[in-house]
Amino acid sequence: MPNKPITQEFTAQAATLLIALAILPSSGLAQQKSTQDAINEYRQSLQDGNPADLNAARGEALWKTKAGPKNATLEACDLGVGVGKVKGAAAVLPKYFADAGKVMDVESRLVHCMVTLQGVKREDFTARTAFSGEGARATLMEDLVAYVYDESRDIAINVPQGHADEKAAYARGKQAFYFKGGPYDFSCASCHSEDNKRIRLQDLPNLTKPGPAQAAFSQWPAYRVSQGAVRTMQWRMYDCFRQQRFPELQYLSQTSVDLITFMGVNANGGKMAAPAIKR
Amino acid sequence: MKNINFSEVGIKKFAIKNIVKAVIILSAVTLLASCSSLPSAEETLTAIKGSFAERGIAKLDRLDQTEIQKVCSQANATSQDVPKATREKLEKTLYDKIPYPVDGVYIGDWKEGEKIAQNGRGMQFSDVAGVPNGANCYACHQISPTEISYGNQGPSLLKYGSIRGVKDPASKDSEAIVKYTWARIWNTHSVNLCSNMPRFGDAGILTAAQVKDVMALLLSPESPVNK
Repeated sequence: MPNKPITQEFTAQAATLLIALAILPSSGLAQQKSTQDAINEYRQSLQDGNPADLNAARGEALWKTKAGPKNATLEACDLGVGVGKVKGAAAVLPKYFADAGKVMDVESRLVHCMVTLQGVKREDFTARTAFSGEGARATLMEDLVAYVYDESRDIAINVPQGHADEKAAYARGKQAFYFKGGPYDFSCASCHSEDNKRIRLQDLPNLTKPGPAQAAFSQWPAYRVSQGAVRTMQWRMYDCFRQQRFPELQYLSQTSVDLITFMGVNANGGKMAAPAIKR
Repeated sequence: MKNINFSEVGIKKFAIKNIVKAVIILSAVTLLASCSSLPSAEETLTAIKGSFAERGIAKLDRLDQTEIQKVCSQANATSQDVPKATREKLEKTLYDKIPYPVDGVYIGDWKEGEKIAQNGRGMQFSDVAGVPNGANCYACHQISPTEISYGNQGPSLLKYGSIRGVKDPASKDSEAIVKYTWARIWNTHSVNLCSNMPRFGDAGILTAAQVKDVMALLLSPESPVNK
């Protein structure tokens, strides 16, 4: 798993951009603007081809292929929009599932279906098995997730708050978002509750506001160019907590689902655009 | 008589109306309570603690909040400032505990300070113990004019010393700003309780010698920051 400190990543990226585009203006303000323009150009240039399309194609094949001790496909899985339906599911998750008695995000639900339909073990899914290592091939989860999200492109985000457990997940997610801890005293809010903030040259979305929350929620999972892999929404939470200097956020844990719910509800009304492609 | 009767009826009507109202309100409250029953702070804390596992150097005690982490989390979650009296009292407690260099030397090597400011490594579960940490100052601050990849979470520190009139950080004239800067880096919460900046000295992120190097980067007239 790539664990480069965030600074090195950004510095290396900034350096590459500057060399590639030979931008060396002198005044501070002009410099800042040009650097931002260069980054925007770089991001724009990425949009031409998204390798996550390959993950999505593999994910669709995996969805329809018999697997596990029960030798079953995932086609009987109910992702929240009806048995076997994939289109639009990612736009309404996390939501409450009566058959599981809890609120589930996309990845929790996929694992639930693999466990119940295919007979695989829940314990087999951890950060180490769900997220691919540096240079390693995509995991089963990354491919499935790419497929499921790809089927929700352009659909309006509508994460529900009708069930009491959905409201509870949002309320816990909000508390977790503001929970300061660890040696650096960071919470999610330390970086994501103000407008127009950056870490180095990386923009930080204010996840408490609809606009930036929509942009962020709609674009994860994403293909990360710097890591050569599709990174899932669960990974996004996990890796933020690494940088927060917290212990390891457990895959599909309560807090992970709560935070995705908090973010999703704040993003309601936006349009899904995942898997996106990012630096 | 008629008048009295009217008013008696009126009183009865009024009383019945209110009882009915009270019953409606009561049942509505009960219904709401049973329907919503949002998680308590304790339930949320249990959920958070159950969602993490120790990994490498990052143990679970990192989830045990300090009093200040608790106070500031609550303030942020409710978008309310910590009451002035509480804030000043807590800040003073921290300020009084700042350990100043016993040798009276506050200024190290600005070149080393620049390296520390650039380095973002340290204290993540993926980091190994025993390797010096960085401070990652550029993540949030503009510092040296040559580094254009800087964040804006914190204020610009460009010309930090020169705009404050520091000509010789070792002089008596500079003592106040030098000590303030030391406190700000050592434990920023002693100056601004809920600041997003880490407590570089207090939390053991940097050693005292490293803090001196960062001090030099900010205050030394030779540092590019002040050119």
